[in-house]
Parts: sequence; structure tokens; C-alpha cells
Amino acid sequence: MDLLQQLVNGLTLGSLYALIAVGYTVVYGIVQLINFAHGEVFMIGAFGGLTTYLALFQGTTAWWTLPIMLVGAVAASVLTAVVMERVAYRPLRSAPRLAPLITAIGISVFLQELVRLFYGKIPGLPDAKSRLPFPRIDGVTGPAFSIGGLDFQRPALFTMGSLAVCAAFLWWFINRTKQGRAMQAVSQDPDTARLMGIDVDRIIVTAFALGAALAAIAGVAQGLQNNNIDFRMGFMAGLKAFTAAVLGGIGNVAGAVVGGLTLGVVEALASQLGPTAWKDVWAFGLLILVLVFRPQGIMGARVVDRA
Amino acid sequence: MSQRSLITVGVSVVAASLALSACGSRDADTGTGGGGGTGSAAGNKTATIGVIAPLSGDLSAMGKGIQHSVELAVKQANDSGAIPGWTLKVDAKDDEAKPETGKNAATALAGDNNVVGVVGTLNSSVAQNVQPVLATAKIVQVSPANTNPSLSRGKDYLTAPKRTYPTYFRTCTTDDVQGPFAAKYLLDQGIKQVATIHDKKTYGQGLVDAFTTYFKAHGGTVVAAETINPDDSNYQNVISKVKGSAPKAVYYGGEYPQMGPLSQQAKAAGLNVPFMGGDGVYDPKYIQLAGATATGDLATSVGAPTDSLEKGKEFLAAYEKAGYAEPSSAYGAYAYDAANAIIEGLKTSLKGASDAQGARQATIDAVGKVNFQGVTGDVAFDQYGDSKTRVLTVYKVEGGKWVPAKTEDMAKAGS
Repeated sequence: MDLLQQLVNGLTLGSLYALIAVGYTVVYGIVQLINFAHGEVFMIGAFGGLTTYLALFQGTTAWWTLPIMLVGAVAASVLTAVVMERVAYRPLRSAPRLAPLITAIGISVFLQELVRLFYGKIPGLPDAKSRLPFPRIDGVTGPAFSIGGLDFQRPALFTMGSLAVCAAFLWWFINRTKQGRAMQAVSQDPDTARLMGIDVDRIIVTAFALGAALAAIAGVAQGLQNNNIDFRMGFMAGLKAFTAAVLGGIGNVAGAVVGGLTLGVVEALASQLGPTAWKDVWAFGLLILVLVFRPQGIMGARVVDRA
Repeated sequence: MSQRSLITVGVSVVAASLALSACGSRDADTGTGGGGGTGSAAGNKTATIGVIAPLSGDLSAMGKGIQHSVELAVKQANDSGAIPGWTLKVDAKDDEAKPETGKNAATALAGDNNVVGVVGTLNSSVAQNVQPVLATAKIVQVSPANTNPSLSRGKDYLTAPKRTYPTYFRTCTTDDVQGPFAAKYLLDQGIKQVATIHDKKTYGQGLVDAFTTYFKAHGGTVVAAETINPDDSNYQNVISKVKGSAPKAVYYGGEYPQMGPLSQQAKAAGLNVPFMGGDGVYDPKYIQLAGATATGDLATSVGAPTDSLEKGKEFLAAYEKAGYAEPSSAYGAYAYDAANAIIEGLKTSLKGASDAQGARQATIDAVGKVNFQGVTGDVAFDQYGDSKTRVLTVYKVEGGKWVPAKTEDMAKAGS
């Protein structure tokens, strides 16, 4: 029973990782860039959701605030990601691979400090130097559902539901829309794609925006789940999501989902079977094992090696 | 560059950034807090009282309270001309609740010839690094909040207590009293099955160890002993494990930024038992983070409620009147007493001194002998530098506020 309960916890945690991991994988699949600032995009999504709530609905707990919070979260994250791409990554498109990687870490620190130092300076908003409580929303927070002795937390159901909807949407977008097919083309061969009339820059921006939107939803989901957010939340979450992306096969969207869920379950089971403190050791140990024995990840990377 | 090597680079960058984040320091945006330089009766020679506390980050609420309370004490001393010929100043340094940063702050203060005493730190783990630096420089240190017993009485504080640093004093009670006090309270309430959780920091572990020893010795059972990672904010794994063991209460060793969400998440998961912590959770922010379900949660804190004592009320009124941006928080009164212990000592040591640095040793000796009525009770130190006062209070969350539930003198209860 305990094991099953931890499995539920693991899938919840894993859904969160998966939502963030998609952002790493989509961007990597297209520009071969590991966007380490993606964790911060996730954090800004959570703050975007909180800001929307504080600005418009402070005091209410009605369920209909949630969709509007999500819109605010997605807007904040997408804006951050698009500006980031335009200002920091696009000028480095033809630079050696290491340059954008280091830039990404710089942006990550920059965004964290930006929120830490300036969020509270905006009139009407609380100081973000320490943890901030996240709003409680009727329906998605509150006592857990108990089904057959297993507890299903409301925010956990929201997280898993979000992952299901987002994954379905992504599949449809990538395989069934013109934009999605263009994305696939760019990831296979950007030069040829450009010759075929695809606006490569626009596709890259789309990839960043797509990842950011999912990360924003994850940000709100984490806020609801943990009932607090802080400016550092993106660091560890980003790290775990990156691990999940590599685990599943970086560049492979289905892999990101599988990797995320795997990582979540491994962590949860590790904390049931051994000391809880060791769960990160198991998570990163798994990453090392996968890198040694199956560097292309569980699902295999779909990226074509370019000459 | 092939894909594989890029990932390898990525992973090593991750490892490097993990390592960096562990020891990296954030800029103290607060810098030095303005002391009370109004000195009307005060003279031309300057002596500085340093403050080392977390002025940014999760624990900044408590750190700021400490800083302002010291500023208040110094301002009052200057205004009344407590030390003829001298003006006191406050130099507050941010330790970010990190041992390394705390050490740097201590080193900076030790290098300032005007510094004659330091109030701090908040965290026991930071104090471990600050103590030796200040001891070498012969600067007296009075902590308002370190509750780990080994800081004053050494590693074997139970069997063979030994004074560690002659420069170290504290105005608060230690964990070896706080833990048993909490255990006694729970047992008195008829709660005999308890789960413990701590955050693996010196403070949290110390509390839980002391709690467990007393609780087991007096007929209680610890049904689960777990730990959390202070950097995490989702504790579902631990909660599921604890819930399986069906405790009647959960004792947590750590601070409010973790225990708030922990209590909230546990109650949402159906673990509807009271959560109890030490003085590190006795803060209004705990209730904010733990939400509406925090009602019934408990915390022990040292001393009697500040507003239950006549002098304590005076302090709170003066603090209010001074108009600081942040409330005095859990340790404000202790920091005020700590600063006054140093000032009391300085009255003797600075009398004939020509410069601040020369009076450092004399200050240490004088502080060891102080005995006055502070705002938290009598302020006097025993041979280890610990406060002689052993009064503790249990607080309970009721109606969104901490309400005192029981005050007891453990020195008389004979633990």
C-alpha cells in the first residue's frame, strides 16, 4: 500500500518534471542548445500566476481564477523566453556551442536575481526574497481524495491532468500542423529547411515559446502543490527536468515525458525503500548510469548528427 | 561537436553550478544598518557592536528583527549617554544563514579596530564558523538565538561539558532543554506516538535528538524518524512514509520556511495531527505558509512571552515607536538583551580605555559578570556562557495567531 502511494507521489512529481523537460528537449531538438535558463522560465511562470492573482483576484478562492492565472503565467514565461532567445541566443547562433551554454547559465542567474531583488519593488507585490505563499483555489487545493486507501491530492490531479492535455496537444501540434512539421524539418536540417522556404528564426522562437508555455503551467502546478514559491525554485526543478530530458533521450518529446515520469517514480520509490535523504543520490545516480550505458537515453534521441 | 560530448559538457556544467550554488554568495543588499548616531551626551570616541544575522533569504524576517533590536538598544544607550566619552555604532552584516558567509562577516568585523562585541548569529551552524574567528580576535559574542548546546559546552555536553570559547555567550535557552520541554508537553497531553522529522542541520537534528531521548525515557514511542532536504519544497514522499506509521503528533526540528509547507501538505494529504516545532518556527510567517490548516500546530520558544513581562512590554512599545520596517520577530527581545549585555560590559571595560581594540579582553570579562533584568527575564551567564534563565513557553496556532499555551521553568521542573 505504501509502495502504491509512493507510486502516485512519484507520478505527480514526474508529471511536473515532464512538463518542464519538454522545454529542454524541444529547444535542444531544434537548435542543439541546452537552455539552462529554462528552470527560471518555469519560476517566472509561477510568479506570473501569483502576480495575476494578486493583481486581479486577491481574496477570492473561486475556481475560475485558475484559468486566468494560467494565462498570466504563460504570458510571463513566453515573453521571458522569447526576449531571451532574441537578445541572448540569436546573436550567438553561429558561435561555438559552448558560448550559448555559458550564456544560458548567465541568464539563469540574471533572472533569479531579477526576481529576488525587483519583484517586491513593484507596487502592491510582496517581497520575493523569501518564500511566498501561493493562493489556494477551490477545487484544486484542499483535502485529498481517498480512493481505495490511496490518497490523491487535488493539485496532483491537476498536475497529471495538465501533463496529459499538454502531451496530447504537443503530439497534435508537432505531427498534424504545418508549424509542427516545419519544426521537424528544421530539427533535421536547418539549411535545407531554409531553402524550402521555412522561416527558421520563427520556428526557433516557436520552440522556445512552446517550452515556456508548458513550463508556466508546471510553475502554477508546483505553486498549488507546495503552496509556496520562491525565486530559487527553478534551479533544482530545472536540473531535475534536464536530467529527465537526458534520461528519456534529449531532443525526443515523448522521451521527455517518459524520462520525467521515470525520474519521479525512481525518486519516490527510493525514498520509500531507503532513507528519504538519499532520493537525489538515486536520481542523479540513474542519470550517470544512463549516460554511461545508453547515452542516447531511454527512447533514443531523434536528432540527426550533422556533418 | 557531437551530441554526446555536448551533453557531457552540459552535465559537468550542471555539476559545477551545483557546487557553485552551494558556496556562492549573494550580495548583501542591506549592507550596513545605520546605527543610532544621534549621541547627544555621547563622546567623540567610537566603539562598534557588530551584528551577524541572515538579512536576506528565507530567514531574513528573524535576522532583520535581530538587527533592529540591537539598533534600538544602541540608540537608547547613546541617547542616555550610558558610556561617557564614547559613541556606540552598529555594523550589521548579512550571513545569509550560511556558515561560509558568516565566517566572512566575522572576519570583516574582526578586522575593524572599533568592534568591541558582536550580537549573532541566528543559526547554530553559522555560529560554529563564527566562534573561532571572533575568539582569535578576542571579541565578545552574544548570540540571541543559537540553541545548540555544544556551542558553549562542547561535543560531550551531556557527560563532560567543557567551555569551548571564552568569548561566547548566549541569551537564549538551548535545545537540550527545548526538546525535552516539547516532549514533556506532548506526554502531558496524553500523546505517546510521535513521528520526528528534521532538516539535517545542526539545529534541527539537535532538537530532535534531545526530544527523542526524553520522549522515549518517559514512556513515549517514536514511530517514524525521517529527514527532509531543506532545499526541497515538496515533501509528499516523507509525508506518505510518516502517515503510514500513524503518529498522534509530528515533531519537527528545523525552521518555518520548511515546516510551514510541510504542515500544509501533510494536512492536505490527510495527516491531521498537530505539528510541533522549536523556536525556529515560532514566527508569524509560519502561519502564512502553513495556511488555514495550521490551527493546532505547536511551537516551543525560549523565555516567557515578551508581552507577558513588564519590561518586555516596554521593549515592544519602544520598538514600535522607533518605526523599523520589519517586526522584532522571534528573537528581537533576545537580541535586545544580548546587545544590552554587551553595553553593560562596555560600561566597565571602556571606562579607562583609550581605544576600542584595547578594551576587547576587558569587555569579555565584564560581559561574563553582568547581571541585570532584561526584557526576557534575568540576564546572567553561567560558567559556560549560557543564560541562567531556563524558562520556556509552548505556543499554539489559534485563529491565525500564535497564542501562548503554557509557560514553565525547566530549571525547576528538574530535567
